[in-house]
Amino acid sequence: MNVLVYLVPLALALGGLGLAAFLWALKNGQFDDLDGAAWRAISDDDLPEDER
Amino acid sequence: MTEAQDLSHFVRRPADGVAAMDLVVDGVYCGACIATIEKGLRRQAGVRGARVNLASRRVTVEWNEGALDPPVILERLEALGYPAYPFAAETVDSVEIQAEKRLLRCLGVAAFGAMNVMLLSISLWAGADKDSASRDLFHWLSALVALPTAAYAGQPFFESAARALRARSVNMDVPITLGVVLALGMSMLQTLAHERVAYFDSALMLLMFLLAGRYLDQRMRRRTRDFAINLSAIRADRAVKLFDGGEAREMPIAAIRPGDLVLARAGERIAVDGAVEDGRSEIDQSLVTGETAPVEVSPGAPVYAGTVNLTGALRVRVRSAASGTFLEEVNGLLAQALEQRSSYVRLADRAAQLYVPVVHAAALATFVGWLALGVGWQQALLIAITVLIITCPCALGLAVPAVQAVAAGALFRRGLILHSGEALERLAEVEAVVFDKTGTLTEPRPTLANAADIAPDDLRLAGALALASRHPLAKAIVEAAGAKEPIAAEEFPGEGVAAVWRGERLKLGSVAWCGAEAEAAPVAAAWPDASLIVLRMPERAAVFAVRQGLRSDARAVVAEIAKRHEVEILSGDREPAVALVARELGVMRYEAGLKPADKIARLKALESAVRRPLMVGDGLNDAPALAAAHVSISPISAAHIAQAQADALFLGERLMPVADALRIAAKARRLMVENLWLSAVYNLIAVPLAVLGFVTPLVAALAMSGSSVLVTLNALRARDARIRMTNLAMRNARPPSPPVGEGVARSSTDEGSAPNGAFGGRPLTPDPSPARGEGR
Repeated sequence: MNVLVYLVPLALALGGLGLAAFLWALKNGQFDDLDGAAWRAISDDDLPEDER
Repeated sequence: MTEAQDLSHFVRRPADGVAAMDLVVDGVYCGACIATIEKGLRRQAGVRGARVNLASRRVTVEWNEGALDPPVILERLEALGYPAYPFAAETVDSVEIQAEKRLLRCLGVAAFGAMNVMLLSISLWAGADKDSASRDLFHWLSALVALPTAAYAGQPFFESAARALRARSVNMDVPITLGVVLALGMSMLQTLAHERVAYFDSALMLLMFLLAGRYLDQRMRRRTRDFAINLSAIRADRAVKLFDGGEAREMPIAAIRPGDLVLARAGERIAVDGAVEDGRSEIDQSLVTGETAPVEVSPGAPVYAGTVNLTGALRVRVRSAASGTFLEEVNGLLAQALEQRSSYVRLADRAAQLYVPVVHAAALATFVGWLALGVGWQQALLIAITVLIITCPCALGLAVPAVQAVAAGALFRRGLILHSGEALERLAEVEAVVFDKTGTLTEPRPTLANAADIAPDDLRLAGALALASRHPLAKAIVEAAGAKEPIAAEEFPGEGVAAVWRGERLKLGSVAWCGAEAEAAPVAAAWPDASLIVLRMPERAAVFAVRQGLRSDARAVVAEIAKRHEVEILSGDREPAVALVARELGVMRYEAGLKPADKIARLKALESAVRRPLMVGDGLNDAPALAAAHVSISPISAAHIAQAQADALFLGERLMPVADALRIAAKARRLMVENLWLSAVYNLIAVPLAVLGFVTPLVAALAMSGSSVLVTLNALRARDARIRMTNLAMRNARPPSPPVGEGVARSSTDEGSAPNGAFGGRPLTPDPSPARGEGR
């Protein structure tokens, strides 16, 4: 059962990492325009001049 | 389009030296549009960046402050083929967006908590609970995750419940809060007492599913709201400004200054406060004063923004231009579109009001009953909590609003905006559909057919007179004449306009009203499907033949509607013209040459024969009929007065939104009834089981969530599966303003910046096959 000592915190940490990533994405506006993101993914003109 | 526009109201300053503006862009619906717009704007000197949001059909443009004039951006977008309309984003959006993001954050946290607690619970079920030390450890770990998670993610419910209790009432969130808090508290006690089971997992699972439902609802409402805001940005008030030279130009209300002279035509809403300079008319002030009788105005009389000019054209000296009208309009639209208090909502509300006390009483009775049977207070409380959770009245509460939100959203996407609360429900009851012909079945923009036969002087005179009229036929003459200088004239609804000009009495209007039957006969013979307008001068008369093509999809739409409803055409136009259209559309019943009162009589006859009529019409003369019909729809191109009477407006050149509205409304009503039955049956089965103690809190949470999900999924069917139609409807939403040929010419001057697909996909001409994918 000693394995729990690090497995449980590890599970929580991984979950927490996922949560943090989700909150970051939300704050960054990644979910603001889901329709547009779908189209941008297949856009073929990814030139370096693009800065947002 | 060269008039100076003052857009400073719309410009934000996100950083030093940077200016930004938010625009609603019309006709953006795919990746090629994104590339065209963003690249096209970046090529403009001074522009720092442009970002298209496809979901809300908006563009945010940033530029170096002072480097360019904001109107240049509009011109640039117009040149790219995308008419754009500025709007003040922050004022309207931020609260809604914050609420939505908060729900999503709570949902993420709840999902994280539920996931981890479930991990521990499953280990316990799998056998880790044999050893009491590790069982206690797992319970404590669950508590460690569950308590902070619930404290954070449950806030939307706790706050709402607290608000309700402070107002001395109960809402759906009260039993939810009670259930969650009791389940957590009970689990803590079990953990402290080294008991075998705890219910942290149930509480978090419940929160997660409830948050998911609430987030979806909020998102649906925001998207609907976005669309309404876009619509009112596109429809933002404009006024016709008269310049010193006598020229008339339509421009946004923001560009009108006190002291300017504007023209208010008959049937239009007046956009400014001011005083009548010349002209006589009657004004409907009911929106402003509540007084329903029209008020007569003459030179010197004050007029107010928001009132409707009924009979004659007026020149108005502006005292103050309206400023807050945009927001007010948005809020009005939203209040009406989203707060749909149909009788089904009222039924659900009443049920919910009854339901909450009943739930609490049932839980309490269960607790007391089991206590009396001697199972011990812990077991009794546990069963009572189960009852609370399982009856969380979500399914019942969602049953109707979910369907309404989905149906309203589906209609919005198809280019139909609901004006009145019960319109959806009344649409579902419709049995007969009555169309006006002019501007409804036919294209709203008629053209002059016999320009070659008319003397140029007559045409010029007719154009100047026609400027004073809102009738769609008058606009064709204005266009053909290229008229800019109006003559102050009085409009007689359904008949024409009259004026005295250089001492001569002039009339422009219907053949009968102008008494020109003799002159009209040969023209009518030459143009059998055209409407005739007569310019009556003292000694002679000129006859104009104005004709309109059918809307591109009129035949398919009428055929589809006719499958389930009676279709009729009631028109004020002449018999042969109406007969031709009726024959083309395959409509058996039509009446021509009707006055507004005749249309109302026919609608009343239908109503009393229990054939509830839907009236579709657009003109000044249809307004009374629209108000009298069981339910009514107007095209967005309709006169303001007709729009004010209609229950719904549809956008664009196509008639398809009318058929969509009927189909979706019927489906929505069916789904509402289904949902009410589903939730009733669920409660009838689940509640007795819970009261009898056969259900654990986890199963209760799953059953409750399951029923809510079932009801929500069922509601989603109101969206109806024709996704391809969505795009068509959005294309549809492009206003008719840029003439087709002009649009092509402008687009092709765009240095080929658009990828090949851009114009292939964009409908510069109406799609000829609206019936595609029609099969159900």
